[in-house]
Amino acid sequence: MLKYIFFRFMAMIPTLAIASVLIFTIVELPPGDYFESYVAELQASGETVDPEKIEYLRVEYGFDKPAWQRYFGWVWGMFHGDFGYSFEYERPVSELIGSRIFLTMLLSTVTIIFTWLIAFPIGIYSATHKYSMGDYGFTFIGLLGLAIPNFLLALVMMYFAKVWFGTSIGGLMDPEYINEPMSLAKFGSIMEHMAIPVIVIGTSGTAAMIRRIRANLLDELKKQYVTTARAKGVPPVRAVLKYPFRMSLNFFIADIGNILPAVVSGAEVVAIVLSLETTGPLLISALQSQDMYLAGTFLMFLAVLTVIGVLVSDILLAILDPRIRLQGKAQK
Amino acid sequence: MSNSSLPEAGKPLGHFVSTAEFDPQSTEKLTPAQEKYYFASQRQLIWWKFKKHRLAYYSGLFLLFCYFVIAFAEFIAPYDLSHRHIDDIYAPPQGIHFFEDGKFVGPRVYQRIKTLDMEILKREYSDNMTKSYPIRFLCEGDPYRFWGLIEGNTHLFCVEGKGDLFLLGTDRLGRDMFSRIIYGARISLTIGLIGITVSFVLGITIGGLAGYYGGWVDVVVQRIIEVLQSIPSIPLWMALAAILPVTWSPILIYFGITVILGLLDWTGLARAVRSKLLSLREEDYVLAAQLMGAKPPRIIVRHLIPGFMSHLIASATITIPAMILGETSLSFLGLGLRPPVTSWGVLLNEAQNINVVVLYPWLILPVVPVILVILAFNFMGDGLRDAADPYH
Repeated sequence: MLKYIFFRFMAMIPTLAIASVLIFTIVELPPGDYFESYVAELQASGETVDPEKIEYLRVEYGFDKPAWQRYFGWVWGMFHGDFGYSFEYERPVSELIGSRIFLTMLLSTVTIIFTWLIAFPIGIYSATHKYSMGDYGFTFIGLLGLAIPNFLLALVMMYFAKVWFGTSIGGLMDPEYINEPMSLAKFGSIMEHMAIPVIVIGTSGTAAMIRRIRANLLDELKKQYVTTARAKGVPPVRAVLKYPFRMSLNFFIADIGNILPAVVSGAEVVAIVLSLETTGPLLISALQSQDMYLAGTFLMFLAVLTVIGVLVSDILLAILDPRIRLQGKAQK
Repeated sequence: MSNSSLPEAGKPLGHFVSTAEFDPQSTEKLTPAQEKYYFASQRQLIWWKFKKHRLAYYSGLFLLFCYFVIAFAEFIAPYDLSHRHIDDIYAPPQGIHFFEDGKFVGPRVYQRIKTLDMEILKREYSDNMTKSYPIRFLCEGDPYRFWGLIEGNTHLFCVEGKGDLFLLGTDRLGRDMFSRIIYGARISLTIGLIGITVSFVLGITIGGLAGYYGGWVDVVVQRIIEVLQSIPSIPLWMALAAILPVTWSPILIYFGITVILGLLDWTGLARAVRSKLLSLREEDYVLAAQLMGAKPPRIIVRHLIPGFMSHLIASATITIPAMILGETSLSFLGLGLRPPVTSWGVLLNEAQNINVVVLYPWLILPVVPVILVILAFNFMGDGLRDAADPYH
């Protein structure tokens, strides 16, 4: 087992190395750099540009050097806890991400719990009542959530929340609470504003989740041990929940690799529409304005989380399911 | 057979071949129904099973209808894509009525009264119930070039005389939404098809190589997939979309975007192909083919690919909607297609403001075909997946 974990751990290194090169290329690919667009923007608004300051920044951040040198500088910095500097916000990247990460994680965690609360009961119901009206109905509603573009649902819900409940439009709290210390009223306001993003982001994930739970549980329910359990007189609910359900959760653990980065980045497009102060819009705007250290470091952060998530889920699967451990590969 | 044909005692038996026709069912006769089922080809079995899945069957029909419509978009849309009706900016949808004074008069639309509220500068439209215009079929309207080749000006339907026919209202430039949605369908519905072709070719080739050769090829491919999947898709799209040169014509951009969508989608497919190949390789019939001396290419093409092709098609059907939605969110971020190329995503781009939801709600109507098409693809994919394994 230790050997397995060790080898899995070693395999992370080349993956992350390739990922870092890829991310650097992505951030570098669009023509021009941040300073060019910055200067153009200033000139367009009629302001004067101090060429010395721009030149200083260029040299300071190595834009006069070839790309590969900058790449190694960036990677070297990350090993030493220097995650780079955001040109647009004129603050260190770590500070910038840190200031938004709490709300993002709160939002994502609530969304994931919301998804589970809806998907699990429905998935179990659909599997045990295969091809019933309820099965079709829930599948349909789930698919509807998947089919409606998220940003549009967010817009419409935002409008009705304003009309019916008087929730202020946009943001994760009422404007007067911004920069206030945490209080009960502020927490209440956050919770009120959280409802829409949670529902909007949640609905798109629920359908896929219901389907997977249903398919996995159906596979298990066909097996003989379930028939045996029922024949021995185990009550129906127990006969489903005790073993088949637990077995069908394997896929769920295999999914941790995807959940971890999602918790940190949040749904970008929805966050933009609802102008939430999460990390998603920060990343998108950084990519658009070519604020490359901010975008690159954040993407690298997400990649590391994905790889760690996959590692954790592989190890958990190996611990939980001896069949996987013996075969030496994960099943999805 | 008489005894005379037997050889003498001690001599070997002569080789006997019956001249009667061989009937393998002589011991057990099959009913015509059974015969039909047992001798059906796999394709036929899949088709029967698919037809039994009602929802999937009708979804398939609906999609066929949609693709039929986009083939004749110029003819079906009453107005040209960019025809601006400058007197009808932000006009709400018009209703069609069939009866006047209790008498059937055929489809007609009322005359529009257009006023401008000078206080809030809002255009207001109301119906003049006393005057109406009939809707004519196969009449002449905006000229177009059918598929960019044949010139024509015949439309499926249009309104007679000075009437307006804005079934789904008009947008901020006074362009007919109904026509735009039909033209947009042409882009939105094909984007998934081209994208899926790209990802299919990549996925089958790369996944197939990994699954068949195993060893270091497999390890390398697995790592590449892991890297690609570890980067969130929206930044990847954005970066790739940002490289497309600004000087490209909108049509080239369209192809660029579809290829990008396909380039990022193949990882899941490659994984599926690989694991299917790995498991099918162990089947008895592959061993049998190997023992009979079949070469690897023949085994792959003749025996392995048919075994999982149906699964792949089913999973591809479920991926197309993801591509349509992907294009929608790319266009929403302003990185996807650009006007004058019109897709549903481009149309929805105009509806990203909350004012629109309040003042001009008909601008969100392009979402209806998006939802319907995505639902239809999903249902059809479900049905195909069930049918893909006809013996199950």
